[in-house]
Amino acid sequence: MNNKNIRSLSDLRPGETAAVLFLTDPAHDLAERLTDLGLTAGSAVTCTMKSPLGDPCAYLIRGAVIALRRADASIVAVGEVL
Amino acid sequence: MNATITAALAGNPNVGKSTVFNALTGMHQHTGNWAGKTVGCAEGTFSGEGRTVILTDLPGIYSLSSHSPEEEAARDFLADARPDTVVCVCDACCLERSLILAMQICDLADDVILCVNLIDEAEKKGITVDREKLESLTGCPVVLTAARQNAGLAELKSAVVHHRPRTPSNLMGTPAERAEQLARTCVTIRSGRDPTARDRKIDRILCGRFTAVPVMLLLLAFVFWLTLSGSGYLSDALDTGLSFLARHLRAFLLTILPENLALLLADGVAGTVFRVTAVMLPPMAIFFPLFTLLEDLGYLPRAAFSLDRCFACCGSCGKQSLTMLMGLGCNAAGVTGCRIIDSPRERLIAVLTNSLVPCNGRFPAILAVLSCLGLGTVSSAAAMTGVLLLSVGMTFLVSKLLSVTILRGTPSSFTLELPPYRMPQVGRVIVRSVFDRTVFVLGRAVSVSAPAGALIWLAANTDIGGTSIYAHLTRLLDPVGRFAGMDGTLMLAFLFALPAAELMLPLALAGGTAVSLADTFDIPAAFAANGWGPVTAVCVLLFTLFHFPCATTLLTIKKETGSVGYTVLAAVIPTVIGYGLCVGVRVLFG
Repeated sequence: MNNKNIRSLSDLRPGETAAVLFLTDPAHDLAERLTDLGLTAGSAVTCTMKSPLGDPCAYLIRGAVIALRRADASIVAVGEVL
Repeated sequence: MNATITAALAGNPNVGKSTVFNALTGMHQHTGNWAGKTVGCAEGTFSGEGRTVILTDLPGIYSLSSHSPEEEAARDFLADARPDTVVCVCDACCLERSLILAMQICDLADDVILCVNLIDEAEKKGITVDREKLESLTGCPVVLTAARQNAGLAELKSAVVHHRPRTPSNLMGTPAERAEQLARTCVTIRSGRDPTARDRKIDRILCGRFTAVPVMLLLLAFVFWLTLSGSGYLSDALDTGLSFLARHLRAFLLTILPENLALLLADGVAGTVFRVTAVMLPPMAIFFPLFTLLEDLGYLPRAAFSLDRCFACCGSCGKQSLTMLMGLGCNAAGVTGCRIIDSPRERLIAVLTNSLVPCNGRFPAILAVLSCLGLGTVSSAAAMTGVLLLSVGMTFLVSKLLSVTILRGTPSSFTLELPPYRMPQVGRVIVRSVFDRTVFVLGRAVSVSAPAGALIWLAANTDIGGTSIYAHLTRLLDPVGRFAGMDGTLMLAFLFALPAAELMLPLALAGGTAVSLADTFDIPAAFAANGWGPVTAVCVLLFTLFHFPCATTLLTIKKETGSVGYTVLAAVIPTVIGYGLCVGVRVLFG
């Protein structure tokens, strides 16, 4: 896999959409929860907005909007911006 | 054939699960627009076609993987209680996400009914769900409902009564993969329309970089203006009615009981209970419906979203802002509201700091004391804003201190769902907030103010050596008060106002007899008559802002934390802060 095309979900800017590749830290205490919310390989995720202070950000995941902190979103690896 | 059917109601948070539950069983239970509201399992019954159905409302969950207490409870119920059928409520607007849980449930239970709710909202957003296709692909009966409009509920009831095992399904893969396949084939979104476009537009204003804080402050100011101005009228009306009742009760008791006992019951117990009711009920009856309205609209999670960064810096989480907001209405309600915080450590921080925010009961006292300082309208408003900022700043400071000392830890990770904006059902909002919050708090307040009223009356009317206990206690507390720029009368008033903070000023101004109803005071004049100058006023203000919470709140903290230690801590922290600040003011300016 070409490393250049892998980004972290937390790098997504508002309005950008990318496909989820994998979780970089499956042992993270939020990893299971993120999977349950639908952040699984292949699913599309859009960053809809940043909060006024820049962190957390809101993401459109399978039709629902979920806010995640930067530190937590960074464990999700996504592909190129679609 | 067994006449009774057991059914469980499962689903993600915020898909209208509780609305479906209420609509089916007619039982009232709180449903709000933020995730994680139903704690524990509610049960209700309904009957259809001669059979009784016992329906258990499981907590709203995202999965069955049991990494939260709610998920564990839901999983255990499905695995151990083995209900005849499981109704899985899905949100038509984000069916794919809802179906992940539905597929997990299908892996665990044979008999599953899919209830695709909020179908009306989906239609408005241009989303169509193909019911037949969904039914044939999953093998489960599918019912489309709009529970708020009571649409589809008859079909749902009949589906429960005629529940049947799932027919085999050809779907393969993990629950998430199956959900994705199903959504791809069964959901059509009218082309050229983004179903979330409207919400994003509103979000740009309510959570915008430069607009979020001004909008929040304006909303807060509006809610407060409405609460304070509205409750003034209501309090007066209630006072008149209750004084009438009190007079007659007093006369009646005097005819049937010995004089002292009658006065103890009438002036002490009934007087205090009536007074607490008259001052506590109106602000709550206005504030809580407004709060619930904001909650149902979907605004509150956005406020938590906007403020999360500040709280994360203090080792806590954004949901604490909501419990503080609720604390502005009533600290006891704020403490109960801390249940929405997932991490136990952060929940404790929110509980322990909640009373640093002045509740509706202390707000008018603070305003009244401000009026003694001889400030103009503009500077009074500025001072009030300063008081609130001080309280918020203190909350941050104490949260930070707690999270580096006894409640050490890093902010836990969190996920916060920002649900779609929804039109609240105003009638239901009022009924629910009055019953669920106002009556709850008032009940607790009455139960603590009755014995406290008796104590106050006894203290004021029992003489030892020619002086009342009240006067003895005043003299005893005088040095404690004077050290902090106040005096014994004020300290004792704070102590005796334990049942309700509203009692403090009247008690201080009338020395133990103010529990009679319909007393009005010219506060600045009364302050002058007692020889209380501006330094005393500032100290009273600071101590009103920061001192031990009322008995109702303490009782609630004990219930929520289950620990006497934390309850004591919740009283000690604000008292030490308030006393310290007062001593500082006295030393610097006294």
